[in-house]
Amino acid sequence: MNLKELVTGESGDKQFLLGNEAAVRGVIEAGISIAATYPGTPSSEIGNILSVLAKDANIYFEFSTNEKVAMEVAATAAASGLRSFTFMKHVGMNVAADSFMTTAYTGVNGGMVILSADDPSLFSSQNEQDTRNYARLANVPVLEPSNCQEVKDMVKYAFDLSEEFNLPVIVRTTTRVSHMRGVVEFGDVKDNSSNNDNHWMRGHFDKDPSKYVPVPAFAGKMHERLCDKISKINNETNNSKFNDSTSFANNKKYGVISSGSAFNYAFDVIKYNNLDMDILKIGFSYPFPDKKVLEFIKDLDEVFVVEEVDPVMEKEVLAIIGRENLDIVVHGKLDGTLPQCYEFNSDIVSKGFNNVLNFMNNENITFTDSLNELSDSIPSRAPVLCAGCPHRAMYYGINIAIDELGLKTSDVVFASDIGCYTLGINPPYNAADYLLSMGSSVGDGCGFSVSTDQKVASFIGDSTFFHSGISPLINAVHNKHNFVLTVLDNRITAMTGGQPNPGIPVDGMGDEAPEISIRKLALACGVDYVRVINPFNLEQVVKTYKEAFERDDTVVIISKAPCTLIKGLTKKPPVTLVESNCNHCDKCVNELACPAISKVAGKIEIDKSSCDGCGVCIQVCKYGALEVGK
Amino acid sequence: MSYSIYICGVGGQGIIKTSVIIGEAAMNQGLDVVMSEIHGMSQRGGSVSTELKIGDFNSSIIPDTTADMLLSFEPIETIRGLHKVNKDSKIVYNTHPIIPSSTNEAYPSVDSITNALKENFTHVLPIDATDLALDAGNILSLNMVLLGAVTADDNFPLSKDSVIDAMKNNLHPKFHELNLKAIENGYNSIKG
Repeated sequence: MNLKELVTGESGDKQFLLGNEAAVRGVIEAGISIAATYPGTPSSEIGNILSVLAKDANIYFEFSTNEKVAMEVAATAAASGLRSFTFMKHVGMNVAADSFMTTAYTGVNGGMVILSADDPSLFSSQNEQDTRNYARLANVPVLEPSNCQEVKDMVKYAFDLSEEFNLPVIVRTTTRVSHMRGVVEFGDVKDNSSNNDNHWMRGHFDKDPSKYVPVPAFAGKMHERLCDKISKINNETNNSKFNDSTSFANNKKYGVISSGSAFNYAFDVIKYNNLDMDILKIGFSYPFPDKKVLEFIKDLDEVFVVEEVDPVMEKEVLAIIGRENLDIVVHGKLDGTLPQCYEFNSDIVSKGFNNVLNFMNNENITFTDSLNELSDSIPSRAPVLCAGCPHRAMYYGINIAIDELGLKTSDVVFASDIGCYTLGINPPYNAADYLLSMGSSVGDGCGFSVSTDQKVASFIGDSTFFHSGISPLINAVHNKHNFVLTVLDNRITAMTGGQPNPGIPVDGMGDEAPEISIRKLALACGVDYVRVINPFNLEQVVKTYKEAFERDDTVVIISKAPCTLIKGLTKKPPVTLVESNCNHCDKCVNELACPAISKVAGKIEIDKSSCDGCGVCIQVCKYGALEVGK
Repeated sequence: MSYSIYICGVGGQGIIKTSVIIGEAAMNQGLDVVMSEIHGMSQRGGSVSTELKIGDFNSSIIPDTTADMLLSFEPIETIRGLHKVNKDSKIVYNTHPIIPSSTNEAYPSVDSITNALKENFTHVLPIDATDLALDAGNILSLNMVLLGAVTADDNFPLSKDSVIDAMKNNLHPKFHELNLKAIENGYNSIKG
């Protein structure tokens, strides 16, 4: 499929779409005008696609510096009467939370939808937090699609709902929904033609401080209005087509309540094992459809609640049973029928049902010893820093500097951050000792420097620095903290697939944009020692770090070289091996650990297809066995 | 009718594109199809897998031991995918290894892998897809060789023509001729 078909496709067309592509079609059908995000997997593709399609779809799109800014851009657009969309990974909600909470109070005029993508099983995240808790914290409705068609349909519906009740609405996906593909039938597109010289529509903000300025005198009333809206929306959830049951049961003894991906597993397990249970899908899950659930469970003896991450619905069901004084057993995460952690699949859900229903016949497939031995011994294939990655060069150099200063590894705490460079955790670099969140390396540097006598080296990427590294850097200087902050400026937001950031002269729609200087920012924050280094120049790296570690103030080193995955970079020829010079010290393999260099049958080999010609290995080799390629 | 394929290999081998082509071909033949894919680390040398389920399914994850086919782009990734198959599943795999760079653990010989698989499964179909891709004209057509091999399975519910149409809809016209040759090479290596 050509991505443009997400804009040009007509009602009734069918496409095989990724969940994230379906979300884009959903916002196009809803006729949004403004979209903003900070990239985060599993939601990243939405931004990548919008950045390409924005102009064709009459949408203003930006990669905001962080999720809180994205939330504010969307909130003000909606306050100005436009339809707006912000989307992020689940932990992005933590960053956006401060403004998000108040958006529930102020409400909206144009529809505002927040898509938050949870990551059960932590495929690319630091935790398994459940966005549905934010819906309850802020008192904002939440929809939970379980497949690609529902992603599209629910995103579109969420805008109508948001406009009807003047409230932002959350759409919660999970990795398996965002990264699922399925057949999606398109619907009508709402007109969002521009009414001015820009390619997107402009709204108008009608002043009303009692509605938009939550000073104490007004905020209390806002809270009352919010509670009133939510109780009205409860009628919607009790009658929503997204909350619907499917009947499989002859006897009404057991039943299943489920949502999201978990629903898919539960449904297939019931169907393909002929289990005697009906299943209620909860697609519109907050405010919880209490009447519909009561109707579903009231004649049952036992009910399974199958949901991913937290036992959110399970507690709601228990509350209904308590309030109605019913005698129904609830099976889920709380009683241990289903696991508390990690994503589900059909096998896990089968096992959960089996704990109560005993329907499985446990036939295990056994293998021969030779296959079992092979299975146990195959090498792992962990992700690594790419050949030619500037981060490897910097990590290699800093470890040399530490060694040459006579410091032990235990003398230096490495505070890491969120990005490709977190892969520095792996040997031989061992350069990640502590990590909390986006931007935390800088605040962690402050804390370690006053709490220990150890040296502290903090690492942060360019995009992450803009995201939330600046205010802790001001803190560091003002409070006289002593640590070395390295900004790994690889000219892109690499880990999430190569989005631009404020350090690059291009914006989210591909237009020219002012480039923000990290060096000038560091100087403006009051840092005296700011150095920009080329990580591929090993001598310079080692010298700079040795100097930096001997200082007693906040130091900023900007390690500046482009990510090797950036398209259009001029490639250098691969490094050449002069075998006769090789002393077999294996330093290039064991200490630099570049994936383009391996040792096969006692000999060093350079993989010419992956070698980037960065030349760090040439500087590492003391015997002249590696040479600049021609 | 139902047919599940677990596809695995290493980042950069074209696994996701291959899977999307099969999914789109299924849709074009009027079949229900869902697919799951794991992104994120693919460009950094990690294992990549997708799961395709053609037929009346809600879940896009193949339950253990139920895949009709395991299609592996790399020998040891085949072993990693075995939890999805049973004794009757088809196991098609590329015999050309990609040695992981992140570890010093020894890579087993491909013969030992083939022998162990043949001891345990009825339908073990090793093919040198890398060689067949080079024969077609470019190593990058590796995924098309394996796509051709899938269409050669008698139980595979999609026609070769619809797979070729979906390929053309998903890949640049300047590669169509190369890809067609690669698909034929893969198909013939199983059928021939």
